[in-house]
Amino acid sequence: MATVSEPAPIVTGPEQAPAPEHATGESVDFHVFRGTPDTPQGDKEYKVPMVPGMVVLDAMHYIQKHVDTDLAVRWNCKAAKCGSCSAEVNGRPVLMCKTRVDEMPDGPITVRPMKAFPLVKDLVVDVSGNFKVNEKITPFTPSEADASDPQPWRIKEPDIERLYEFRKCIECFLCQDVCHVLRTHDLQERFYGPRFFVRVAGLEMHPKDAADRRDLVREDGGLGLCNITKCCTEVCPEHIHITDNAIIPMKERVVDRHWDPIAWVGRIFGGGKK
Amino acid sequence: MAESFITHDCDVLVVGAGGAGLRAAVAASEAGCSVQVVTKSLLGKAHTVMAEGGIAAGLGNVDEKDGWTVHFADTMRGGQMINNWRMVEIDAHEVIDRVYELERWGGLFDRTPDGRIMQRAFGAHTYRRLCHVGDRTGLELIRTCQDRAVHTPGVEVHMEYTLTKLLKDGDRVSGAMGYRRSDGRFVVFRAKAVVMASGGWGRMYKTTSNSWEGTGDGAAMAYEAGAELLDMEFVQFHPTGMIWPPGARGILVTEAVRGEGGLLFNSEGTRFMLEYDPKKKELSSRDVVARSIFKEVQAGRGSVHGGAYLDIRHRGADYIKKKLPSMFEQFHALASVDITKEPMEVYPTIHYTMGGIRVEAETAATTVPGLYAAGECAGGLHGANRLGGNSLGDILVFGRRAGEAAADFAKARGIAPSLRDAEIEAEQLVLAKPFDSTDGAKGENPYLIHEALQDAMQDDAGIARTEESLTRALHAIQALQKRVKNVRVAGGRTYNPGWHTCRDDVFMLTISESIVRSAIERKESRGSQWRLDYLDKDPEQGRVNYVTYKADDGSMKVKSIPVEPLPVELSKFLEDS
Repeated sequence: MATVSEPAPIVTGPEQAPAPEHATGESVDFHVFRGTPDTPQGDKEYKVPMVPGMVVLDAMHYIQKHVDTDLAVRWNCKAAKCGSCSAEVNGRPVLMCKTRVDEMPDGPITVRPMKAFPLVKDLVVDVSGNFKVNEKITPFTPSEADASDPQPWRIKEPDIERLYEFRKCIECFLCQDVCHVLRTHDLQERFYGPRFFVRVAGLEMHPKDAADRRDLVREDGGLGLCNITKCCTEVCPEHIHITDNAIIPMKERVVDRHWDPIAWVGRIFGGGKK
Repeated sequence: MAESFITHDCDVLVVGAGGAGLRAAVAASEAGCSVQVVTKSLLGKAHTVMAEGGIAAGLGNVDEKDGWTVHFADTMRGGQMINNWRMVEIDAHEVIDRVYELERWGGLFDRTPDGRIMQRAFGAHTYRRLCHVGDRTGLELIRTCQDRAVHTPGVEVHMEYTLTKLLKDGDRVSGAMGYRRSDGRFVVFRAKAVVMASGGWGRMYKTTSNSWEGTGDGAAMAYEAGAELLDMEFVQFHPTGMIWPPGARGILVTEAVRGEGGLLFNSEGTRFMLEYDPKKKELSSRDVVARSIFKEVQAGRGSVHGGAYLDIRHRGADYIKKKLPSMFEQFHALASVDITKEPMEVYPTIHYTMGGIRVEAETAATTVPGLYAAGECAGGLHGANRLGGNSLGDILVFGRRAGEAAADFAKARGIAPSLRDAEIEAEQLVLAKPFDSTDGAKGENPYLIHEALQDAMQDDAGIARTEESLTRALHAIQALQKRVKNVRVAGGRTYNPGWHTCRDDVFMLTISESIVRSAIERKESRGSQWRLDYLDKDPEQGRVNYVTYKADDGSMKVKSIPVEPLPVELSKFLEDS
């Protein structure tokens, strides 16, 4: 039953597995990437019984349980809240847990790991570099007056409403995967990537935060490398307007700081921070 | 001789990187200790992110009459008075500081019109008490703690490591060992003290809101190392999980839907909670609402797919999208249901485990020297039933206390403990066994063992229990404990979920046995324990907690311990409110 497409064959064969509860009787073809950096790699074909409302992650679990128990898939909540099960389904970076099989076009569904990250095995990639980027970002820093204020802070809802969008990020890293600066040009060392510009925006716009991260995102973060193609925004499962609401305003603030001639003179003679 | 392994040394090892683990790590580090945090998943993916409703704290921002004493009384009543009252007192008192601390760390909350932290109504809380940010409070909490922890000097996080055994040096713990998921290499963490913050266990049930991680590793490891497990019969069914489509079965529908005014109906359009609890209605405690839905379905008044209807449409589309954005998205994406236009279909789902490692209230110390436990893996705070909003407080309050106490222990201990090669080698052999094909026999599939356990626990140790059903579950567990010895897997050690499941199965069987044995002993209905053969509460049983422990002969035993009587100064809070 299992056949293998190029480039390298992978040997196995699914035995007849039981149909799950509520199966419709139809089956769906999946071409799932298998392999590690050191072993043969290629897509392997699987037939999975269709169940109403099935998502791609359900199909991967079916394969694990009944066909190849060593199929590597990362997942946690299965409810689009944790951002663990990112992969490229039919070439599009998505969360497998909310990608409905009945909404895919006819024909085999390909499931491959995120391309912008080093492969570990099958659908699992090494995303640890993202966590290292986060360590470089200045954490939330209240002013001294706020930090020493013994009373609970008063913060007005309108002052934080725009922040909620950025704080929705579930760190699925699909935006990092699709960003051409990382995906095509491999500039991981020079570019933080969309996720972390969202992170910075969520800190910088916090009314009680007093740190200034503009030099950091410009110099270390490589903000200028982003040429606002908005690919990140398109794939965000939380519908965060990454480019419009996080990156572009940040670029403007960085530009104001560095290229505004009045501010430049002011910095020289004033020595102030912001 | 033992296979070569990676060794990490530290003062305090924290097992788990949810809210409890991260708060413990920060506390231990601030106390001057080197800290290693180990998580089975990536950082920030722990179950804490699933907490949607909020964190209960008696700030009194919305209802001025609220305060820690009312919170104390509500929690004791919700837990049916068998909680460890000292833990409840500490929690109700300190959670207020922990909420404000979270804000100082950069965490955001919805605000009142005058700029204070907003609080919402929730099941069985007398006043509006849950501090929240929309319906993603847990995400905000973990992100804030995560950021704090990685920017705290001396804290090192190891992602995607699985620990399988606590190591001991005499009576005291000396660390833990396991493997790195990415390549299967064995690892050993040598530590002067260990904080177990490994979360709960729901994966042994079929309808569950738990991720793959909820296999009870931490509690099972602690049990094997000599710790006691308390109140294990109490497993919380959250009243509202998704029921359709099949793949979404069990996924949580936050209580905030009811907190924001959502109503429950049966297939006849009757708002049945008016009958089961006319006073608190939909916002009755979780055990009551879950049983009510179960009874309606049993009586033939279930929804199309065998649940109840949860309706929030009357709050209007704008309000729903603002206050319940992730619920709107979840039903839209997974079930093609627009909750602003149609009711949701819901059914009880395994959500939380009240029981856990027995700890001392002040320090979170277990009965094993050097081992501490906090958060869902510890027992005592919630008694027979947890109130919504009390888990996020739990993890911060007791995570901090466990971290501080572990740091004290580590500093007093001074020198690093010694490791015993024989102990490490024996565990390596156990871990590597599923790859052994020398006997030639085709082994058991670990996933199918798991499935058989889920069927047994769901059917016979689930929401409604009898002596007969529990005995049946126990026999099923014992049969699976024999079968699990023969699990075999294909592939290598590199990121091999089949191999990982082999060990998960063993942990889940241990924990399941503990649940079932405790449930058999408690011959009454109380909180989440609903015995069809003992429908009422028994005052005698209300004076004891059941504890499972490993006997000298290696078998699991149950004993009862007395519930500490409530001091007069605290019992007056129950009378007052």
